[in-house]
Amino acid sequence: MSDESNERIAALEKELAKLRSQVDTGAAGEEPTEVQANSAWLAVRLARHPKRPHALDYIERVFTGFQEIHGDRAFGDDPAIVGGFARLDGRAVAVIGQQKGRDTKQNVFRNFGMPKPEGYRKALRIMRMAVKFNRPIITLLDTPGAYPGIDAEERGQAEAIAISLREMARFGVPIIAVVIGEGGSGGALALGVGNQVFMLKNSVYSVISPESCAAIIYRDASKAEQAAAALKLDAPALLHFGLIDRIIEEPGEGAHTDYDQAAAYMKATLISSLAGLSSLGPQQLIDQRYEKFRRMGNFFEEAATV
Amino acid sequence: MAWFTRPTTNIKRDPAEAERHVKTEGLWFKCDGCRQILWRKALEENQQVCPHCGFHFKIDAAARLKLLFDDGAWEEFDRDLASTDPLDFVDSKRYKDRLSAMQRALPMKDALISAGGTLNGRPVNICVLELKFIGGSMGSVMGEKITRAIERSITRRAPLVIVSASGGARMQEGAISLMQMVKISAALMRLDEARLPYISVLTDPTTGGVTASFAMLGDLNIGEPGALIGFAGPRVIEQTIRQKLPEGFQRSEFLLNHGFLDAVVKRPDLKQYISQSFDLLLN
Repeated sequence: MSDESNERIAALEKELAKLRSQVDTGAAGEEPTEVQANSAWLAVRLARHPKRPHALDYIERVFTGFQEIHGDRAFGDDPAIVGGFARLDGRAVAVIGQQKGRDTKQNVFRNFGMPKPEGYRKALRIMRMAVKFNRPIITLLDTPGAYPGIDAEERGQAEAIAISLREMARFGVPIIAVVIGEGGSGGALALGVGNQVFMLKNSVYSVISPESCAAIIYRDASKAEQAAAALKLDAPALLHFGLIDRIIEEPGEGAHTDYDQAAAYMKATLISSLAGLSSLGPQQLIDQRYEKFRRMGNFFEEAATV
Repeated sequence: MAWFTRPTTNIKRDPAEAERHVKTEGLWFKCDGCRQILWRKALEENQQVCPHCGFHFKIDAAARLKLLFDDGAWEEFDRDLASTDPLDFVDSKRYKDRLSAMQRALPMKDALISAGGTLNGRPVNICVLELKFIGGSMGSVMGEKITRAIERSITRRAPLVIVSASGGARMQEGAISLMQMVKISAALMRLDEARLPYISVLTDPTTGGVTASFAMLGDLNIGEPGALIGFAGPRVIEQTIRQKLPEGFQRSEFLLNHGFLDAVVKRPDLKQYISQSFDLLLN
């Protein structure tokens, strides 16, 4: 590896150590009252917790015989999205997850969980295969957002996400999406068009990161806490607005305290949800999914002009 | 006796006189593209395209519809849909106040006009985003109006055109805005299955959740010359990679070269281009 990248890694490690200490002291009660007052910001911090289980942590605990497949058959393989086929309680399913890294080296490899167009196209390829072989699709959402870089733009980041949204609406197999950590805007949503959409208790799902939102509205990225509260991005808020179907329980103070228990809660929910969807035929699944999103956001009035 | 006195006190102004004086302010201004001095009337006659360098000035939604529909006439749909501020969102001002200020300043309730009419004799539905209305951002109202327009296209077997100009999803409606991306994309899936053509016209600027949903889903994606089109905005990318972006990055011509636009069409040619496409696909 070049000196330059070693230097960069060293700098990132330092930054990470600083952030970690903030996370730890913060949870221990640096500003306990404020944290409690703002449950949305607490959820943001738990969703980004350095020890929070990632997609592969759930995949190995919830599913058996996971066989990962790679590549979009056009440009390359994106390690920020993992996917393949596995068994859920004996039933073969396709499973696709957005994957973050644990340490710096992994994070550089996984691009901090920020997918590029080839990642979304790989996911779509796996989903089309699932339709062909009549397998349900389960997606795990956890990304700060789709990667905002030159190469991603050149290869059509927006197009890749848009096509994924439209095609997921077309598939005649059950689709279940679970937000396991950060549901970062369109980058997460691209895999989120499910017959059922769940959020883990301490996950978040948002149109914009609280930092970017704060930078826009308060011209100060450090006011992310306020922005998080304003955006109403925590699981109870999304359930309240009818944007998700259910909240999945997390153990103790969060999924990071007990991976096995967190996975067990998810597994139970997936199995019962899939059982419910299994009674629907392909066209019913398409229609149910369509109607569900069709109703979302009926927050307007049609009064005549004053 | 004073040197100057008014011999008569009741001089009547000729009412036609006021019209003889022409206000010159604002008649001339500089082109943003070539810095040449332009006469506003010449620009208006050329559909707000610089006659010297071809720079495309932004035009509002109503002006766009006038250019596309026959005789500049159309029927507007769902014009009274208005957001109810579900998040009770407050930034530098309350979202409710921001909305009502916009609704007073512009002749619309949200950032989109949904219209039906004929284009070279063919019945079509055209939705145009209004950039001046909170940056053309997409919230629940835009999501609903576009979805209804798509459903109307399916029922009436009429092709669809959407002209985009937007910063993306509307932050002030949070995840509700986000879900409009799915709602519209899913409706476009039905339009696709109904085998009706959809032409997406991307104008300056089209970014974020609008590009990452309906604006990139046209059977044909057409860009206006020089329009900024992308997923992430250029400032976000510069902050991420900590470098200046190359000249022309994320412009229409760049997207054409990278395979994401079918054509870059000049504004005066747009109506004919759309009309011919529909002819080739449907007749």
